[in-house]
Amino acid sequence: MPELVKLDRVSMAYGRGAAAVRAIDEVSLEIAEGEFIAVVGPSGCGKSSLMRLISGLHPPLGGTLTVEGRPVTGPLRSVGMAFQNSNLLPWRTALENVLLPLEIVQPYRADFSKGRYAPKATDLLDSVGLAGFAHKYPWELSGGMQQRTSICRALIHEPEILLLDEPFGALDAFTREELWCALRDLQAERRVTVMLVTHDLREAVFLADTVYVMSSRPGRIVRRRAVGIPRPRDLEVTYTQQFQDIVHELRALIGGKH
Amino acid sequence: MERREFGIKVVSPAVFVMALFLLWELACRALKLPLAILPAPSEVFVALWQYRAPILDNSWVTLWTTLAGFALATAFGLGLGIAIGWHRVIYAGIYPVLVGFNSVPKVAVVPVLILWFGLGAIPATLTAFLISFFPIVVNVATGLATSEPELEDVLRALGASKLDIMRKVGIPRSLPYFFGSLKVAITLAFVGAVVSETVGSNKGIGKLMLDAQAAFQVPIVFAGLLVLAVMGIVLYAATAAIEARFTGWAFRGQASR
Repeated sequence: MPELVKLDRVSMAYGRGAAAVRAIDEVSLEIAEGEFIAVVGPSGCGKSSLMRLISGLHPPLGGTLTVEGRPVTGPLRSVGMAFQNSNLLPWRTALENVLLPLEIVQPYRADFSKGRYAPKATDLLDSVGLAGFAHKYPWELSGGMQQRTSICRALIHEPEILLLDEPFGALDAFTREELWCALRDLQAERRVTVMLVTHDLREAVFLADTVYVMSSRPGRIVRRRAVGIPRPRDLEVTYTQQFQDIVHELRALIGGKH
Repeated sequence: MERREFGIKVVSPAVFVMALFLLWELACRALKLPLAILPAPSEVFVALWQYRAPILDNSWVTLWTTLAGFALATAFGLGLGIAIGWHRVIYAGIYPVLVGFNSVPKVAVVPVLILWFGLGAIPATLTAFLISFFPIVVNVATGLATSEPELEDVLRALGASKLDIMRKVGIPRSLPYFFGSLKVAITLAFVGAVVSETVGSNKGIGKLMLDAQAAFQVPIVFAGLLVLAVMGIVLYAATAAIEARFTGWAFRGQASR
């Protein structure tokens, strides 16, 4: 598979000059087209910074970052992002929230009308189990439903890369597993490239093809681990020895007090 | 409206107001208070009816100068609020000036306005404007400043311009703040207009009360106060109704549960 994103010894810092805080230090990684990668690490290790970097929201300090072979110089239109907080707009229905990117991104923007793209958004909502909730407002949806809506919003403009920053972090364990499956199916169906930032190792191993472990700040990649569990995977996989072994192996790399 | 709702929202305040007037009336009679200190409500209502023509005439002037000042404040406040919320540099530059300006008691400005524009409706309108635009500016700017940075990231990553983000997120988000501030502003505008009339003017409820006071027509002074209170309530209720109409989503707690 051709690589879509390539980071070659990329560093990044917040602030300038002597006061700059280095968030990421010489990170190299590659994401192939259609690949699902997960980045795990202790809190404050720069996982989210990595996401901002790849989306083009924050420039690298050193190294080269290319997407589709071109260096990243500013925001990329071909990314979709979702965060731990669903960030839905409370004055818009689920459907209108999902349509938001189409009001901004070309070529949709040029001929945008709600009627024209509503079927597309409805299909997407249906595919994550939200049939019949399109006209509900965010506060009428459960946390899991809000998060599903948020992921639909990240996908509506058919981005090349889906960047997810702990999207299931605020959900209860059962809802989280449901959403893993929803995301798994969505990715299998659409073949979208996904980068998932998480601190949940089971989540990372269950969903990803490749897991990257980062060290604490400044973030470095300390291990690249191919998961190798065949797809399609169902939740039963998480109880197998192979799965547990990988989770253990990753846990040992993250360190901290036990 | 449900019966219970009706009882709470209509009957209860009506009973309360009547009880208040009754208490006032009884107190005046029991203590035999002289008319020049505190007239009983019955005497106030008589004065209200007897002098209805000049009261109505002057109320109208107060009402329209208030509304004109309020309209100016709304337009100006919204514009300046957006400008301040737009960029940190504008915020940093204008904010201290605004706070300083707001700290000057507006009563002190009225003589200057009269000097410039003469007696009449203009000083009252301008005082109403000057006193009421500040809360609108602050609220609109706050609404814009409190939008989630992550949501801005989502939009910026899509290539949204600053204007896009303002239109899609910032302005809708600040609307509840804006409409909320209108309730405060309308009350202040009213205060501004009356203060200006009291300091110096040829018309308005404030002027009427001043004249009545000079002539020891205390019931008319109180009739003026009563009219001011009623107008204040009506104006407040009108802006509250506009707020509920436009920003229902922000009050979802009461609407959906």
